[in-house]
Amino acid sequence: MKLGSHEFRSNTLPAAITVIPAVAWLALFVAIPLVYILVMSFCSIDEYYNVTLQLTLGNYENLLNPSYVQIYVQSLVIAALSTIICLVLGYPFAYLISRTFKEHKIILYMLVIIPFWTNSLIRIYGWRTFLGASGFLNTALMSLHVVNEPVDFLFNQGATILGMTYDLFPFMVLPLYTAIEKLDESQIEASSDLGARGLATLFKVVVPQTVSGIFSGCIMVFIPSLGAFYISDILGGGNSDVIGNLIQRQFQSGNNWPLGAALSIILIAITLLLVKVYQRSGGDMESLGV
Amino acid sequence: MALKRQLREKLRHRGGIVYCAIIYGVLFLPIAVIVANSFNATDTKPYMSWKGFTFDWYARLFSDKSLLSSFGNTMVLAIATTIIATVMGTIVAVGMYRYMFRGKGIIDGLLYIPVVIPEIVMGISLLVLFTSIHLPQGMPSLVIAHVTFCLPFVIFNVRARLDGYDQSLEEASMDLGANKLKTFFGVTLPMLAPGIAGGALLSFTLSIDDVVVSFFVNGQTMTFPLKVMQSIKSGVAPDVNALSTLILIATILLVVLTQSKMVPNLVSKLRNRRSRALRSQDCAGTLSVNLKEES
Amino acid sequence: MSAEPIVQIRDINKFYGDNHVVRDLNLDVLEGEFLTILGSSGSGKTTTLRMVGGFEQPTSGEILLGGENVADREPYERDVNTVFQSYALFPHMTIFDNVAYGLKMRRVPKDDIVKRVTDILALVQLTAFEGRRPSQLSGGQMQRVAIARALVNHPKVLLLDEPLGALDLKLRKQMQLELKRLQRKLNITFLYVTHDQEEALTMSDRIGIMHDGVLEQVGVPKDIYEEPANRFVATFIGETNLFDGVVNAVGGDIARLTIESGTVLGRCSGLKVGEMASVSVRPERMRFSTMPVDGFSIEGIAREQVYVGSVLKSMVELPNGQEVRLERLASDPLPADGPVYLYWDPLDARVVQSPDQAVYSALQTATFI
Repeated sequence: MKLGSHEFRSNTLPAAITVIPAVAWLALFVAIPLVYILVMSFCSIDEYYNVTLQLTLGNYENLLNPSYVQIYVQSLVIAALSTIICLVLGYPFAYLISRTFKEHKIILYMLVIIPFWTNSLIRIYGWRTFLGASGFLNTALMSLHVVNEPVDFLFNQGATILGMTYDLFPFMVLPLYTAIEKLDESQIEASSDLGARGLATLFKVVVPQTVSGIFSGCIMVFIPSLGAFYISDILGGGNSDVIGNLIQRQFQSGNNWPLGAALSIILIAITLLLVKVYQRSGGDMESLGV
Repeated sequence: MALKRQLREKLRHRGGIVYCAIIYGVLFLPIAVIVANSFNATDTKPYMSWKGFTFDWYARLFSDKSLLSSFGNTMVLAIATTIIATVMGTIVAVGMYRYMFRGKGIIDGLLYIPVVIPEIVMGISLLVLFTSIHLPQGMPSLVIAHVTFCLPFVIFNVRARLDGYDQSLEEASMDLGANKLKTFFGVTLPMLAPGIAGGALLSFTLSIDDVVVSFFVNGQTMTFPLKVMQSIKSGVAPDVNALSTLILIATILLVVLTQSKMVPNLVSKLRNRRSRALRSQDCAGTLSVNLKEES
Repeated sequence: MSAEPIVQIRDINKFYGDNHVVRDLNLDVLEGEFLTILGSSGSGKTTTLRMVGGFEQPTSGEILLGGENVADREPYERDVNTVFQSYALFPHMTIFDNVAYGLKMRRVPKDDIVKRVTDILALVQLTAFEGRRPSQLSGGQMQRVAIARALVNHPKVLLLDEPLGALDLKLRKQMQLELKRLQRKLNITFLYVTHDQEEALTMSDRIGIMHDGVLEQVGVPKDIYEEPANRFVATFIGETNLFDGVVNAVGGDIARLTIESGTVLGRCSGLKVGEMASVSVRPERMRFSTMPVDGFSIEGIAREQVYVGSVLKSMVELPNGQEVRLERLASDPLPADGPVYLYWDPLDARVVQSPDQAVYSALQTATFI
């Protein structure tokens, strides 16, 4: 093995001492639990809802239940729409703060992050307060006589998508910002010099060079939105369950841990698939750890 | 004629400002609602319509024991998590940078799992582990869970700082007589400080805000986010809003303080006093310096 | 090269806030010529180029391209192309696609594109690199792609912003000749910007010297060197010796100046008696004698002498501390430690204006004939 200039080959104590604690921690609390889940997904439950080691594929068969499938589809649709909206709204936004308004970009960047220092539940609840039947928006609309009855903004898929998009917006903006910021201004000038108008330059020169940021942002929005059950609970009210809700129920009221485990395995599989696609298209893993 | 293009550019500029303003408006909207509602003199659930201005909820906040204790739990949890994760993370980041051994790829892989995986999977997998080893569910399980998802972020932050690190600084230190341990504390650690601080800050933030993972492993211990979640089911009382508003103000103040020149100025003033005092001691016994004059 | 101007810069002023970076600029670029704007950083030369290209807008004034005022137009609306200092090649496209970009934007038919791109790549000797990406090319090769990408569009004028700055010395000299050859062959007008005077002197048909936002002089290289219009140009190009003084007589195109140590003669135009001026004498035109010389009164002591290959460089120190430099083909050195009298053929010296109050005051206290 070729050593980097800063590396010493060492089998001695220092290496072990520095590295072992964290490695042990990760193995014990990341790797092993996942193995547990994998095993559990093949287990079954007895009449007292205890998990038995009677291995079965029953849980996975259960997953093909049509009502579940409907939720998967709904989940993917919600996640996809949230991702797309975040991208479409977030890209111009990231471009504007990193390039057009770059003298103020630090403040602008901070202003994106500040809202997220308030607890996310609270902010989601803020939306509920705002959009509820007796909430601020409806009250305003009615007093302005725009509508006669409260509009049902909440408790549907749209509200959940709004919540997901809102909650995950910074995770799209930050990677985009990093990628767009790196772009050399002379590229844009050269494109203009050669005859390309604004939109052509955007799609032929700017976007292709920020693709890694786009992928990174999309992953950081899509995956969490599959599992963020509290958003669909609070804003969607049970009408727009995502996979996360399904899983949560198995571990709470449903008391069917093996089924929940199987669902989780599916979720992990989707995640791994997306990450692999990301890596194949040249994405580097470091930029996911924003 | 030069006006026409300047006009076009101005319009583009204005358009951009409007767009950003709208986005920021939407981002801050729920916050504004929360803050506004904390002053809402409403008394009936679901506490949504405006009934007048009051500071009542702020007062009631301090007698809401369960809310305050949940907040206290969250603070303790966050601090414990940050300390453990930061220390462990820094050590392993430096170790991985410094030493060559097989398996770095595996460690990297393990690190990415908590980052990429949906939180719910983390939550339930830890729940399953904890129940099977009969770990008491409560603060212990919470701390372990929080450290687990904070650790990778600390490591990434420190590693980022290490990437641009100049090895020759350590070599210079050792050349001048400091041993490895002294060099570590005197040279390496200060250099890494921004990365460590960044990781610690991120760790603290993630811990305070965590909902999903805490949901599964908290046992009976209430953290602030979980308490909020519970309240939401029963219609959030505005004292929760009041507490959130206070937290927001505190955070903003903290950021302003650290970003502004106040703290660095204070620190350098103190340093100047000390070094001037030392220098005057060196001056072969001539003057006695009146330190009060230094400020 | 015709005598018709293809770019006309008229009364251009550019302000960045309160900073007046380009002042009352007037310049004609003739069709088919290689014009270089030469100046140090901050002189306004790059800003001027960018205004012609459309990346900056003049605060006031006009830029006429082929007779039309284009000051208001976007870069993609102008029939000029730019070679950027950093090349600005699109990293996500192949060399072929990079070069074809401008043609695609103007919707040139596909067959034409292939032909034109292939031809120009052959011209810059990069045919084999068609399918590669910029990251796989060396600096010199990227340079040539940048040039090809601009030229393939047959612009009226090619703008070059210090394109050779990042290349090593040998490659740079090679590229200077290449560019000159290319320009002659294609007969396209080149407007070139650089801070390297040797580069400017090598490549240009005409040179414009910019300093502090002002265009000091425009002319062919020989004229710039032999007939500097003012003190700045005299010192900027090559080396020279300057003697500051006051004109005390003018006869035809020869003037006599009173300087600190006495009087000297030099060639001038348009200066009047009583004006403050400087005499500029290039080191290779400076002569010496061991005996006093009529009409000149500069006396000094030879201090340092250095053989540099076939040339002997000498430095003579005058009583007031000024160091005068001489450059002669290797021959006998100046007598060391003895007085040396300096003079020159008045036709070899140029008198330039010198608005220098400090000099004037010094003269007031000096004794002179």
